[in-house]
Amino acid sequence: MENLLSIVTFLPLIAAIILALFLRGEDAAAQRAAKWLALFATTATFLISLAVYMQFDPANTGFQMVEEYAWIGGLTYKMGVDGISVLFVLLTTFLMPLVIGASWKVESRVKEYMITFLVLETLMIAVFCALDLILFYVVFEGGLIPMFLIIGIWGGKDRIYASFKFFLYTFLGSVLMLVAMIFMYMDAGTTDIPTLLHHEFSSTPISLLGFTIAGGAQTLMFLAFFASLAVKLPMWPVHTWLPDAHVQAPTAGSVVLAAILLKMGGYGFLRFSLPMFPVASELLSGFMLWLSVIAIIYTSLVAMMQDDMKKLIAYSSVAHMGFVTMGIFAFNQQGLDGAIFQMLSHGFISGALFLIVGVIYDRMHTREIDAYGGLVVRMPAYALVFMLFTMANVGLPGTSGFVGEFLTLVGIFQTNSTVAFFATTGVILSASYALWLYRRIVFGDLIKESLKSIKDMEAREKWIFAPLVVMTLLLGVYPALVLDLIGPSVTALLHDIEPVLAAARGTLATVAH
Amino acid sequence: MMIGTDLNVILPELVLVAYSIVALMWAVYRGKDAETPMLIWLTALVMAGLGVWIGLEPEGTVTAFDGAFVNDGFARFSKVMILFSAAVVLLLSQEYLTRNKLLQFEFPILIALATVGMMMMVSAGDLMALYMGLELHSLSLYVIASFRRDSIKSTEAGLKYFVLGALASGILLYGMSLIYGYAGTTSFDGITAAVDEGGLSLGLLVGLVFLMAGLAFKFSAVPFHVWTPDVYEGSPTPVTAFFATAPKVAAMALFARTMFDAFGNSTGDWTQIVVLLSLLSMFLGAVAGIGQKNFKRLMAYSSISHMGFALMGLAAGNEQGVQAMLIYMAIYVTMNIGVFTFILNMERDGQAVTDIYSLNMYSRTEPLRAAALMVLLFSLAGVPPLVGFFGKFYVLRAAVDAGLVWLAVAGVIASVISAFYYLRIVYLMYFGETGEALDGTMPTVHWAALMATAFLMVAGIINLFGVETLAGAAAATLLK
Repeated sequence: MENLLSIVTFLPLIAAIILALFLRGEDAAAQRAAKWLALFATTATFLISLAVYMQFDPANTGFQMVEEYAWIGGLTYKMGVDGISVLFVLLTTFLMPLVIGASWKVESRVKEYMITFLVLETLMIAVFCALDLILFYVVFEGGLIPMFLIIGIWGGKDRIYASFKFFLYTFLGSVLMLVAMIFMYMDAGTTDIPTLLHHEFSSTPISLLGFTIAGGAQTLMFLAFFASLAVKLPMWPVHTWLPDAHVQAPTAGSVVLAAILLKMGGYGFLRFSLPMFPVASELLSGFMLWLSVIAIIYTSLVAMMQDDMKKLIAYSSVAHMGFVTMGIFAFNQQGLDGAIFQMLSHGFISGALFLIVGVIYDRMHTREIDAYGGLVVRMPAYALVFMLFTMANVGLPGTSGFVGEFLTLVGIFQTNSTVAFFATTGVILSASYALWLYRRIVFGDLIKESLKSIKDMEAREKWIFAPLVVMTLLLGVYPALVLDLIGPSVTALLHDIEPVLAAARGTLATVAH
Repeated sequence: MMIGTDLNVILPELVLVAYSIVALMWAVYRGKDAETPMLIWLTALVMAGLGVWIGLEPEGTVTAFDGAFVNDGFARFSKVMILFSAAVVLLLSQEYLTRNKLLQFEFPILIALATVGMMMMVSAGDLMALYMGLELHSLSLYVIASFRRDSIKSTEAGLKYFVLGALASGILLYGMSLIYGYAGTTSFDGITAAVDEGGLSLGLLVGLVFLMAGLAFKFSAVPFHVWTPDVYEGSPTPVTAFFATAPKVAAMALFARTMFDAFGNSTGDWTQIVVLLSLLSMFLGAVAGIGQKNFKRLMAYSSISHMGFALMGLAAGNEQGVQAMLIYMAIYVTMNIGVFTFILNMERDGQAVTDIYSLNMYSRTEPLRAAALMVLLFSLAGVPPLVGFFGKFYVLRAAVDAGLVWLAVAGVIASVISAFYYLRIVYLMYFGETGEALDGTMPTVHWAALMATAFLMVAGIINLFGVETLAGAAAATLLK
């Protein structure tokens, strides 16, 4: 199949169009049809995406399954995957059926709900496949519209504030990236990402408003990309939209946000910032590393003090994303491998944690930690699943959470042991907030009247968690499954930028003398 | 023989003039407004037919009346855009005029005359021709702005527009007289030659600035925009829809033509002014729109902001920039037709409503129309993957390529600010509080226009329906 990636990308969109055009009515039958069609489409997309996995050749470090067609304005519609992006495609297609399954209880505007999620899936897959700069931007930004609607229409009490903050915050960051992209287009004469990866952007210092900017155009472009990617990831201090958005979004929205949308930021750093602006990356690596460390420690502390479960997990996400940026800016194999691994594993774990919150929220309609306690008495299966993912979030060996954190820490330890030292405290802090959360909700005596009749997970919910449990444990004990796939591409990436980085370090050293 | 060739060049304009006069005579002698629906359809048909005719004309540049009238690719592109948008808006207005008892035969005829003026404007090759076209179009617009005679607001709109328009014309004429004084000619070619010979003398420069100020008034660039919100709000909605589309294209095209044809060799001087106009328009349109609760006023600020973006293309001062401006205007017009079709049908108990809060939870009652309006609004905000984004993309690219990176950065920031007011309407429609709902059914023509424009905003991302190539060719003829 030549257009495999396009088929995977557009299948959900086609399902969405079918839903929009042919499904009429608001009755129970129509709602059921919408749910089943969405589930069927996302599952089919996942199965087809397995073919991408089969066809993918890890030894080949270039882009594979490339499709290219001319588009407007000198742009191209170009799709392809390499070791860095292929697993994100799979992560997306893997999670979407679970997300749809988790939304089975949605009752208001079911058809529109399924349409927005299906459109969102198309845009998310396209982000990871796009090999044209502007095509990437279009799908990267396009995701804002469905997410705005998901938070706004199906969200909680303060959804209006949260949806506006989410949209405007990320939009503002991204438009600066757009200008940088257009500048790159004008500079290199192409928007083709594989070509741009080998284009050397000017790094001669330039003077702007009386300031001399080391790294010149590269630094400015790096900062423009940073404005967008750091907001998306999110990095401290531009993370404040995330807790609001998470708390107000419906469960499925939170899962998509945490598990997939955040990864676009990290993916952007790997795809653009590092290989295209290596000099600027080297110059600003200290800045990036310290922001990461602050994120890890500060947001962990903030997470500890939350009394809303979703907020707690949202802050914990920011902390875990700190490990990702730290790994990326370690500039070595372990760091980069670890960053990608951490993103994938966080996709499963944070997705699962939001689903776990969703399970009790569906029953009690509150996310207050204080409203719970002693759930283990009535919900043993739930307590078990929750325990597993709490441990994975902490980074217990044997779960995928451990591998990602460990690799990034190993990576950074080789280049900057001070940063490594401070970042390691994050592991301890994450243990304290996660275990404390678990204790407050699951253990203790079941004294609250309202909880006396709570029911354990039903079969549907168990089936949703099963694949996530399997993946978390599987990657925890056999990380080679992922690392073998991403390793060669990461090596090639480092091989390409290593001379530039070394040269940049040399220049900096001479300047210092 | 000579006059024959000349007349041949302006044949489409002549046909429309002749049609207007015949229609006027016929309507006057019949003395009845009953035939107005037929007249509206006929006028729209004539204009659309002329649009097709001009679109099919062979390539190449022809001039008439010693260069006072230029028919080139640029003029043809703009004329097709003007004729089609005028025809569509005219068709859409019929229902509204009937409902509000405004169905008078003068309406289609005035629109036709305004269109003739606009066609003259984009073809002007001489300051005199420019002024004639401009006044023909302006005078018709002054009248239709106050078309609802028994409404104070409408009368006020017309009067305001007229007084300020007359002032702008005065400024324009003063600039033109200075240019004539210093260049010794009113023809664009002559001015170019004079600038080539003696450089841009102070007198010419002052004249140029006045000329630009007068023209900027017509497409409501800040700081010459003050009339826009009041006129948009006060005029009957179909008239507002018309103001927002065809005349904007004509004024923008005229501006480009004057700058490039007459002052094409001193781009460095006038682009500075264009940069300023563009910057101010983008920001004022974005910031001032936030406080608006009236949909029509909001669209006025939205159009000011959009004109700022179109000007950013011209600020690049090259062929790419003109192409970007033309693409932007084509997209802008399409979006506005869609949104105004929607506004035309905002009604409660038979009364037209323009308060955006009346759209509360509109998606509950009319999901399809709400979805179409949402697509148009996101497109206006320039959010990808909708076509509105590509309009912005082209102008930003032109600006960056011309070294105006800072202007591009300012532009995108303004677009984020303006996104707020478009989002607010989406929020009201989809997750506001249930309030007094709108009623009113939508005539089939309107429904089709709304859906079609929304569909274009989505489907256009595939290839922009070839507008890019056409605009490129048009821009190439302007810069020769």
